[in-house]
Amino acid sequence: MEFAFTDEQRMIQETARAFFTENATSKRTRLAMAGDGIDRALWTAFCQDLGLSGIGIAENAGGAGLGLVEMAIIAEMAGAQVAALPMLGSLVLSAQAIAAGGNSAQKRDLLPSILSGARIAGYVHDAELRTDGELLTGGCGFVAHGGSASLFVVTCNDGAWIIRADAPGVTVTPLTTMDQTRPYARVLLSGARGEPLAEASAAITAAHRAGFVALAAEALGGAQSCLDRTVAYSLQRVQFGRQIGSFQAYKHRLADMMIEIEQARSAVYWAACAVDEGSDEAALAVHAAKSFAADTFFRCAGDMIQLHGGIGFTWEHDAHLFFKRARAIQTALGNGAWHRAQIATMVLGATV
Amino acid sequence: MKLGFSAADELFRQECAEWLNAQMSDEFRDIKGITKLTASPERRKEWEQHLGAHKWSCIGWPEKWGGRGATLAQQVIFAEEYARAGVPGRVNHIGIELAGPTILAFGTDEQKRRFLPDIAAGKTIFCQGFSEPNAGSDLASVRTKGRLEGFGGNQEWVVNGQKIWTSLAHISDWILLIARTEEGSKGPKGLTFLMMPIDQEGIEIRGITQINGDAEFNETFLTDARCPADSLIGAIGEGWKIAMGLLAFERGVSTLGQQMGFRNELDEIIDAAKENGAANDPQIRQRIARAEIGLRLMRYGALRMLSQTDHSKIDGAALTYKIQWASWRRNLGELAMEVLGQAGEVTNKAEYEWDTLPNLFLYSRADTIYGGTNQIQRNLIAERGLGLPREPRGDK
Repeated sequence: MEFAFTDEQRMIQETARAFFTENATSKRTRLAMAGDGIDRALWTAFCQDLGLSGIGIAENAGGAGLGLVEMAIIAEMAGAQVAALPMLGSLVLSAQAIAAGGNSAQKRDLLPSILSGARIAGYVHDAELRTDGELLTGGCGFVAHGGSASLFVVTCNDGAWIIRADAPGVTVTPLTTMDQTRPYARVLLSGARGEPLAEASAAITAAHRAGFVALAAEALGGAQSCLDRTVAYSLQRVQFGRQIGSFQAYKHRLADMMIEIEQARSAVYWAACAVDEGSDEAALAVHAAKSFAADTFFRCAGDMIQLHGGIGFTWEHDAHLFFKRARAIQTALGNGAWHRAQIATMVLGATV
Repeated sequence: MKLGFSAADELFRQECAEWLNAQMSDEFRDIKGITKLTASPERRKEWEQHLGAHKWSCIGWPEKWGGRGATLAQQVIFAEEYARAGVPGRVNHIGIELAGPTILAFGTDEQKRRFLPDIAAGKTIFCQGFSEPNAGSDLASVRTKGRLEGFGGNQEWVVNGQKIWTSLAHISDWILLIARTEEGSKGPKGLTFLMMPIDQEGIEIRGITQINGDAEFNETFLTDARCPADSLIGAIGEGWKIAMGLLAFERGVSTLGQQMGFRNELDEIIDAAKENGAANDPQIRQRIARAEIGLRLMRYGALRMLSQTDHSKIDGAALTYKIQWASWRRNLGELAMEVLGQAGEVTNKAEYEWDTLPNLFLYSRADTIYGGTNQIQRNLIAERGLGLPREPRGDK
């Protein structure tokens, strides 16, 4: 039984934890929130100095090798600080799609600049995309960090393409977004010319599996932070002559957070491992992880506000950064009910 | 980080499965699939002895005490295959999971020689007498009293008091108990850990009928009940330490086997839902998906717990496991009734006896109580896992 981090994985975890704790500070994140939701200096440091941005992408495709377990470790640590970075759209969804479905020229031309952070890619999924040869019409209203992207990977359920943001027929409208650390843009395609990815279904599967796992891992990190920060507050705040963390009504709620978080941790690393190992369970595991961890994060973030009292409701306190990110993760790439419906179909068959 | 077991372990799994399936389709086919702990006690004692005779009873114990010196992974695999093969639960689970490991860890050589081979052979069945009417969640407040009587080589312990929730005491040979042996002591101090033969005048056992109509638990009355002076484990007054060490054995190895039983229950619900059309109800589908997710997460939580090698660290997965499975199973019972509808509220038996799913609904209300209630679990998680202050006691 080796369902535990290896020494190398623990090292990646410690490196990523130190990097994000030190650099993705509240102050810097809030500066990014006032702009396009990207801390540029953090992004450059993460992609170029830290050397972790290519994790989960094969070395022969220009990545750093390793797998989703290591990618999840990094996403977890980034999520713990609600880091304002375009990791999800660029490094996870788009890079995975290109690495899994692109031809060698596409990989060679695009991946190095995406992984170095020089180019930001956005991911546009439209199940009802209309195609006329290579001309695409449709789009998506909620493209993460889409306003900062110079390139889009566009997918429907059976096709995948690459489109430059400045290509004719592409309209990108940045949107004021509740979670300012990952603002959305509306991306409309009207007869825009897409360059197809050769292996569309491999691209879509890889992107979505990695996306579900990365969001789940981010949620896990965020949830753990909510718990840690609330525990710290409960030991410091005194009411009725006692630390508020000594009241059962309070500590039981914290215990409930921990119970959910420990399950979310199992979910995230089970799913990551199952994908990496090519296990039969992978298809179910990624849905389980995404839905469970997202719900866990939202519950913990909501509890964080409640258990902090008035201060937790202020703009000044960071609780709302977690709360808004948690809500965004719950809906992104399919809400909990949708993911559970996929599992229900695997377990019960389709409805008759 | 890896999900599965090694190739060698998988070979061992095959060996376990083959042997267990062979027994369940031959000499012991009459007890296959029994889920009630109280059903067919005599045959199940024979099964204990059969396991012992083939060295499958306590595989984790050293060979000289009747075990196989199996690794943790092998023990987990055996537990899993045991449940998968539909073998009924061990009537001597207190003997093999609590008494034996406690004697192994804290007992004298003489006690090891005397008890371990017989437990492994299925010849000595143990039950556990910790709880009392006034010592439930606050276990350290036991009032049962023990005193040494006699002189020299003829000393014996004389015990008076009442124990409750003693599972299967009515078919057991020995009882493990904690008694207050220091007059006037309070709480965890002054308790001693004793082993006592049940078949004696001073012990009276009365069954307690549960909400499902079954009677697995008992009240055990001790009136000048006796055992020899050397029946204690550890030193006089150290009973709490031994009992707590013993409770730590309660989890771990058996988790995956237990989950195999849960798998069967969930599968039965899934079959029932397909059969009666509940599987088309979107809300039922969501709940079944949640149950499926919960079960899988339990498995990987247990594997995380069992993969943990650094025992100096608080293991979050281990600390939260009890409340996790107990709550999951209680919810599963509720889901079962939602799927069955009113058909689940009637039984075609003449007695007040229930099929697996309605019984699950009733029985699972105990899961969130025994072995530390959900509320006590939350205290433990908050205090040990999160470092929060202890609740002030009302009697100090």
